[in-house]
Amino acid sequence: MSLDIQVKPAEAGSKVLPPEVIKIRNLDFSYGESQALFDISMDVYEKEVTAFIGPSGCGKSTFLRCFNRMNDLIDIAKIKSGTIKISDVDIYDEEIDVIELRKHVGMVFQKSNPFPKSIYDNIAYGMRIQGIKKSSELDSTVESCLKSAALWGEVKDRLNESALGLSGGQQQRLCIARALAVKPKILLMDEPCSALDPIATAKVEELIHELKKNYTIVVVTHNMQQAARVSDRTAFFYLGRLIEYGPTEQIFMNPENSQTEAYVSGRFG
Amino acid sequence: MEGKVIHRFSKRFSKKAFFENLILNILRISTYLVILFAGFIFLDIGINGSKAIFKSQAPFINTDFLTQKPETLHVFEPKHIDKKLKEINAKILSTNIENKNLSNLAIEDSKKNDLLIKSLQAKYHVLDKQRKEERLLFSDTEFRALEIKPSKSEYVYETYAYSGGGIGPAIIGTCLLVLGSIAIALSLGVLCAIYLSEYSRPGKVLQIIRLSILNLSGVPSIVFGLFGFGMFVLFFGWGVSMIAGWFTLAIMALPVIISASEESMRSIPKGFREGSLALGASKWTAIRTNVLPYALPGILTSSIMGIARVAGETAPIMFTAAFALRDQLPWEGLEKASDFIFQGVMALPYHIYVVSSKIPQNEYTENMQYGSAFVFLFIVGFFAISSIVLRIRVRKKYKW
Ligand SMILES: Nc1ncnc2c1ncn2[C@@H]1O[C@H](COP(=O)(O)OP(=O)(O)OP(=O)(O)O)[C@@H](O)[C@H]1O
Ligand SMILES: [Mg+2]
Repeated sequence: MSLDIQVKPAEAGSKVLPPEVIKIRNLDFSYGESQALFDISMDVYEKEVTAFIGPSGCGKSTFLRCFNRMNDLIDIAKIKSGTIKISDVDIYDEEIDVIELRKHVGMVFQKSNPFPKSIYDNIAYGMRIQGIKKSSELDSTVESCLKSAALWGEVKDRLNESALGLSGGQQQRLCIARALAVKPKILLMDEPCSALDPIATAKVEELIHELKKNYTIVVVTHNMQQAARVSDRTAFFYLGRLIEYGPTEQIFMNPENSQTEAYVSGRFG
Repeated sequence: MEGKVIHRFSKRFSKKAFFENLILNILRISTYLVILFAGFIFLDIGINGSKAIFKSQAPFINTDFLTQKPETLHVFEPKHIDKKLKEINAKILSTNIENKNLSNLAIEDSKKNDLLIKSLQAKYHVLDKQRKEERLLFSDTEFRALEIKPSKSEYVYETYAYSGGGIGPAIIGTCLLVLGSIAIALSLGVLCAIYLSEYSRPGKVLQIIRLSILNLSGVPSIVFGLFGFGMFVLFFGWGVSMIAGWFTLAIMALPVIISASEESMRSIPKGFREGSLALGASKWTAIRTNVLPYALPGILTSSIMGIARVAGETAPIMFTAAFALRDQLPWEGLEKASDFIFQGVMALPYHIYVVSSKIPQNEYTENMQYGSAFVFLFIVGFFAISSIVLRIRVRKKYKW
């Protein structure tokens, strides 16, 4: 298979590393008896895009959902050992307020899940549940979030229509805008483009690029080209283990591990 | 070889086709049977019931029947017609017997007898019509107000309990019972369903709880009646009262409501829950804003249908809430407001039961039974339709 991966210029390779925001050390995670993640240690850096790649079932989503404790919803899910620190705070500490954590770490799901409410209400949802009722404040945030999600122009005349009337790509950008409205610092995206056509995908990718200025982004993707296009760093997972992690350019052009090389060149997975 | 294949194929094909056809026809006949039964019941109640409820002059609806209290019906039938009818009946009977005893050879005689019976029957119909025109019917109050009572030498006089007047208090009582038990069953059932579907941890305990709730729906209604009587009427000391009936009916409807509500909530996509939790909603906030509103149509429909189902039961209310006859309407003669819920009421199912258990049955008691059944069907139909309309409207608002 011929590769036409375009790797961005080596801006990630600069000598001075940005301060890390998520620090994972020796994480072991299991669903009941079956272990899904083995001894993972890595750092996610501030205002960078980090991509998680790997074959289906290797634990990317599981790992991502550890960062905002979404796995708490699954009864059998359990962190057996290891720590995850965000800005040097252990997020699995008993003193942690999960609600505050989730406001800080936003998430966009693989399957876009706009609520069956109006476009406006979707964006305002996160603020409303925090008790913000002032319509001027809601209005301005809704507008600015839709603008940052590059959706404002398309929906500004139909804010009160149901969000389910939007196209798939618009819905996914709406979900991104909805996550931004809570003013997170970190944005987790689990295969945000898996249900989108190339044009919508391009828009979301552009958006990720834009958002990088203000947010730390972790994105799971099955699309090698996408990982290469949008991310600064890439982590390759296989069977619940972190096989290789480094600047995207290096992972794609010059991987150290033979499994990584096989995967990124499309020979397995 | 080729011929053999075709031959085998065609043989198997016909056998298969036969079974296909057989199964199709069994399915079809079963469905038609069910429709036939249902249609028969509705037609029976509709035709007989409409005699009590509709009338030929404007306003075409017998408002007295719908608003008045039940009373004893006093019937005076003209004696001379009654006598003639009895004679004709006797003659038809004897001719019939004679006919049966004739030998097979006496075809002429048998034909003659048949003709005779036919003419007698025609005569009977004419007389019966006359009887209906000449008879006098009085409800109890009317009868007492009469200055001159019809003379017993001219009329045959009979009384039928509860067959005169109307069913107004029973309609009101049934509506009150239904509304109250909906309120109790809905709030209890939905709270329980939320806990079971959203909060409880799956495991043995949960399975046992589910199973016992399901089993509750298999308990005969008379057992609920006795339970309600022991618990609410005696132990809580509420007496035969509306509130005792509410709780008894509500408990009876709970299994259906809980399972249906759980089902509705479970069918809400997980994405809505996760979406709101990921935005920093607490668990309850997520449920309140992004599960309950979408589950509501399903919950309401099944709950209303569940209540309508138990509202038709006689057994649970006959010891707990229903009076056979009550002179006052629920809002009459109350000393304090709380008395309202501590009073017994009349109810349609119990009324039908009371009237039906009077022997002998005849056209007068039937009028009341079918009229009540018709009205009850109408009320249940009204609840069912309104729940469906509600479902469609809410469903339109929240669609996914
Ligand atoms: N809720 C769950 N309960 C039990 N096991 C689970 C659960 N979710 C995931 N797993 C298991 O954990 C492993 C990792 O799953 P995960 O969803 O993280 O994979 P993934 O890398 O995101 O795959 P994909 O690319 O297909 O989304 C899989 O073997 C999966 O079967
Ligand atoms: Mg996944």
